[in-house]
Amino acid sequence: MKYPVTQHHNYAVLQLTGEIDLSESPNARKQILNHIKNKSNLLVDLSQVEYIDSSGVASLVEGFQTARAEQLEFALVGVSVSAMQVLQLARLDSVFTIYESLDDVKE
Amino acid sequence: MIRLERIHLLSRADKLQPLRNFVRELASQQGCCDENLDCMVMAINEACMNVIQHAYGGREDGEIIIEFWKDNCELLVRIYDFAEKVDLQAIKSRDLDEVRPGGLGVHIIHQVMDSVEYKNQTDSVGNVLEMRKQLSIPVKCNVGTSDKNKTKNSL
Repeated sequence: MKYPVTQHHNYAVLQLTGEIDLSESPNARKQILNHIKNKSNLLVDLSQVEYIDSSGVASLVEGFQTARAEQLEFALVGVSVSAMQVLQLARLDSVFTIYESLDDVKE
Repeated sequence: MIRLERIHLLSRADKLQPLRNFVRELASQQGCCDENLDCMVMAINEACMNVIQHAYGGREDGEIIIEFWKDNCELLVRIYDFAEKVDLQAIKSRDLDEVRPGGLGVHIIHQVMDSVEYKNQTDSVGNVLEMRKQLSIPVKCNVGTSDKNKTKNSL
């Protein structure tokens, strides 16, 4: 499944959807890393994510670290309640830059 | 203690979504509150994911058996695998101050469940994970199915 991508200021916005579990996280990971490989600042929109497990969270962490190594911006936006629950359990809510909505993301 | 269900699944990632749906339905039928239901779904998913990735090392033909028991106001879950015995001392949460992908499953399981115990099976191979969680709605306590031998095969 190819996730929808839009542009917002100088960011690509990748909208993950559905359940990001062990079946789906390799696909999510690949698309996240592709954007970073293409030297794009990246916002990962989690507003439509119904469930994410630790493998999905690992894809986000890898994206975050790879972007940082490339001196690119990486942030999460519109984090759904269920996704936030997992990020908090993993104490990653204070590691990622998290925007409530795209309106909060400035150029 | 009443056995509610016993299910079998193969060690495949595509079995996790139907498993989560199954757990959600079973826990809900037992009067589990939404918050604890989410915890159980999360813990069982993470535990089975660990079995698939680590115990079976990605092999897709491994067998996983999950038993669901009701013990007064608690749900008891036992997850059996038949892979090589793991070193129980090696199963631990990692340091969360170290930000890196992976290794979060055990931490999440311990965070969301009331008790967690890893054991080796008594046979030559296999491991068992036993977890408990309060259902949390007292009025529903002691109301369970009486069919002790109910078995469901393959999700």
